Amino acid sequence: MILGFPLLSLVIWLPIAAGVAVLATGGDRNANLARMIALIGSILGFLVAIPLYTGFNVLQGGMQFTEMAPWVERFHVNYHLGVDGISLWLVLLNCFTTPLVVIAGWKVIEKKVAQYMAAFLIMSGIVNGVFMALDALLFYVFWEAMLIPMFIIIGVWGGPNRVYAAIKFFLYTLLGSLLMLVALIYMYNLSGSFNILDYYKLPLTMTAQIFIFIAFFVAFAVKVPMWPVHTWLPDAHVEAPTGGSVVLAAIMLKVGAYGFLRFSLPIAPDASHALSGFMITLSLVAVVYIGLVALVQSDMKKLIAYSSISHMGFVTLGIFIFNSIGTEGALIQMISHGFISGAMFLCVGVLYDRMHSRQIADYGGVANKMPMFAAFFMLFSMANSGLPGTSGFAGEFMVILGAMKADFWLAFLAATTLVFGAAYTLWMYKRVIFGAVSNSHVAELMDITPREFLFLALLAVGVLGMGIYPLPFAEVMHASVNDLLMHVAQTKLQ
Amino acid sequence: MNFTMPELTPALPEIFLLGALSVILILDLMVDDPKRVLTFMLTQAALAVCAVITILTSSSSVVHTFDNMYVSDMMTAVLKVGVYVCVAVLLIYSRSYIASRGLCKGEFYTLSLFAVLGMMVMISASSFLTLYLGLELMSLSLYAMVALQRDSHVATEAAMKYFVLGALASGLLLYGMSMLYGATGSLDIDRVLEAIRSGQANPNVLVFGIVFVVAGLGFKLGAVPFHMWVPDVYHGAPTAVTLFIGSAPKLAAFAFVLRLLSGGLQPMLHDWSQMLAILAVLSMGLGNITAIAQANIKRMLAYSTISHMGFLLLGILSGNVNGYSSAMFYVLVYALMTLGGFGMIMLMSREGFEADKLDDFRGLNARSPWHAFIMLLLMFSMAGIPPTVGFYAKFSVLQAALHSGHLGLVIAAVLFSLIGAFYYLRIVKLMYFDAPVDNEPIAGGQDARILLGINGLAMLVLGILPQSLMALCARSIQSSMLGF
Repeated sequence: MILGFPLLSLVIWLPIAAGVAVLATGGDRNANLARMIALIGSILGFLVAIPLYTGFNVLQGGMQFTEMAPWVERFHVNYHLGVDGISLWLVLLNCFTTPLVVIAGWKVIEKKVAQYMAAFLIMSGIVNGVFMALDALLFYVFWEAMLIPMFIIIGVWGGPNRVYAAIKFFLYTLLGSLLMLVALIYMYNLSGSFNILDYYKLPLTMTAQIFIFIAFFVAFAVKVPMWPVHTWLPDAHVEAPTGGSVVLAAIMLKVGAYGFLRFSLPIAPDASHALSGFMITLSLVAVVYIGLVALVQSDMKKLIAYSSISHMGFVTLGIFIFNSIGTEGALIQMISHGFISGAMFLCVGVLYDRMHSRQIADYGGVANKMPMFAAFFMLFSMANSGLPGTSGFAGEFMVILGAMKADFWLAFLAATTLVFGAAYTLWMYKRVIFGAVSNSHVAELMDITPREFLFLALLAVGVLGMGIYPLPFAEVMHASVNDLLMHVAQTKLQ
Repeated sequence: MNFTMPELTPALPEIFLLGALSVILILDLMVDDPKRVLTFMLTQAALAVCAVITILTSSSSVVHTFDNMYVSDMMTAVLKVGVYVCVAVLLIYSRSYIASRGLCKGEFYTLSLFAVLGMMVMISASSFLTLYLGLELMSLSLYAMVALQRDSHVATEAAMKYFVLGALASGLLLYGMSMLYGATGSLDIDRVLEAIRSGQANPNVLVFGIVFVVAGLGFKLGAVPFHMWVPDVYHGAPTAVTLFIGSAPKLAAFAFVLRLLSGGLQPMLHDWSQMLAILAVLSMGLGNITAIAQANIKRMLAYSTISHMGFLLLGILSGNVNGYSSAMFYVLVYALMTLGGFGMIMLMSREGFEADKLDDFRGLNARSPWHAFIMLLLMFSMAGIPPTVGFYAKFSVLQAALHSGHLGLVIAAVLFSLIGAFYYLRIVKLMYFDAPVDNEPIAGGQDARILLGINGLAMLVLGILPQSLMALCARSIQSSMLGF
């Protein structure tokens, strides 16, 4: 709290309140009003989050801006919030993405506008809650509540196979979270508290740690998603509307990796070390194998979805090599991937809105008709391949450096992503953008509108800014990452 | 022989209700209003006065009367008020439904009140005799209510099944009780407890008796493998009566199970908790899996009830204050969810049209976003997804069971509730993702609509602020000191 002002609560509840206000506008007669309220609400949501960065003390490792109030006394559950260097940028990324999604859906969504906008706003608030909750049950409530708006978004505004995708998405994630709930209750019964920070000090036997680790692993691995539980993601991405894909890729995938950092590592450090080989193997499979899978996709959204899985493999790799450069690299990679994947999905959305096709084969020579768009798409594709000077480079490079410290061959395998990533992204770019105009539909394309220019330019600023000057991103992390690694290095066995 | 007048205060609500319903029964003979406004109003007033009396006469200590056959404590007060609220709400929900189906007779209201009286006796009973008396009064009223739609062969068949299986269950229960009586020499639950504690009772006879008692209770709760009547009766009975069977009697049955097992047979915890564990796993498994295959929403909710009863048993078999208060919270939340669910079915029904197919919910969001949202909250609450209150119900039961060391049961429970989430999601899918097939405006009275809105929002409000209800349950279980 700053001077007794509950800033974190405001960051959570302002978007939710705005969402309820949008819902209250009712049917599509008031669609424009709904859009305006949504835009104002989402921008306000971002503005109130800025003091988190300006007021953040970079030298301090623990939680900041904390708020605490009793909530469910019967189970000693508290409404306990706080941010540290790990969650700060994730919150900001989420608040930054919401207005973009609102702008992106401005014209495209014509049916049930209020419900669409409200779902995104409410979800934005809930996701902020996930990143800020310091009470395990509060975290769980936000974590599960996140599913409801996403389920509706995919199912109502999605593509032809949306129902299958929505239900698959929901059940996959629910399976993971239920096992996590059992683990949380188990720790509550041991310690009599739901405070996450208390769990860091809770001594646990190796068996208990392994079970807890596995329960968390199922929950978080599904969300990340790690190979082999990634199969819901391509389905969900392909069927979701553009805004849904953006939020899924930019935000939802991050909560899984965040969970590893907040729960698995510090709560079960010995199990994390014991199983790190397993986790690294899964991460490398994601990086290499899923990278190859991305290469053969004929659907642009699927290609980017697989590329996301591959990039998230980098994140989990960075987390489980347990050194500070790897962990910070993973965090940087998460933020950067939030910008890049969001931008890539928005670019595909721009094309899809005009052509109603996501097949690479339906395009060709788009640069002739949409030069400005081609320039933006070029930038984001380069960033997706990890070109130095873009945000994609910083995170990947740090993770590879961290891996190099651990083992040369690990770094070698991880570095293949620089080849595969460039191959699948640039090859897709070449087929879609370059060449002669391939068919009459492409010939009729119009270049981007000011509205589209706005959100692409905002993301371009993010991608380039982070690539050229990553210090503001990295400096807030040092203290918290060192704290975390200290917890991980301490055994809990007695 | 000297006769002392028993203390009547603890039984005052029951005495008042009996008087009131006799008056209503007679007054109704003189009413020829087809809508029975007077009967309805008087019934509601009787329930309201009962609630006031119950609250005023309740005390935080345990009071026995009628030679230890009757008990009044905080738990009985809370559960009784729960029953009144359930019945009052369901009578409002069903008003236009019963009026359009020729069920709006005085009998509907008086039988409802008789059933309420039976439930009150069940909740307050502290001897096998009064327990059984209350149970039969409630059951007989319910059999008659199922059969109220005389010309419908589905309803008559359901009534017949309900009656025959209910009688069988009562027989099993009585047989079990007679065994317990044989082993302990008393019908009074407190003395049964003392006899078992002193070690005089023959354990073989006791266990034998418990088997029969648990089987009888299983029938009444509708737990697998004693669940066969549930889907047929839920499906066949008029929706108003289905709602009646599905809501308030579960509160009474909960009190019944608690009194009998944890009140009288607490020392035998090890034996009956094993039996309940089997019933719980089977109920959660079969209930959730079979519900997926249903195309009729009443049948689906019947199987969902079976699985909810499995969860309830999970709380009871934990065998401590924590578990019992979780189970009590669960049953109260369950009653609220059931009221909302069936209330919605009745609201969507109209003359000559029963909205009891899953397909009737198709595209509800396009027809009425508000009602779709209410149903969404109810479905997510039944599935146990936060931030609805159903999550806390499941959470507290799981916590209690895990605390008592039932890790395997808890994992089975979460896996089955994952399966269960699928069919609740399907309703949401139908409402939100599909196009409507039916464009009739939603009928139903204004009062029912408003109440249903409150009922649905309660899922969210209680889900965000569950503390007060949870604390109330914990306090009432603690103060009733069952078996401790």
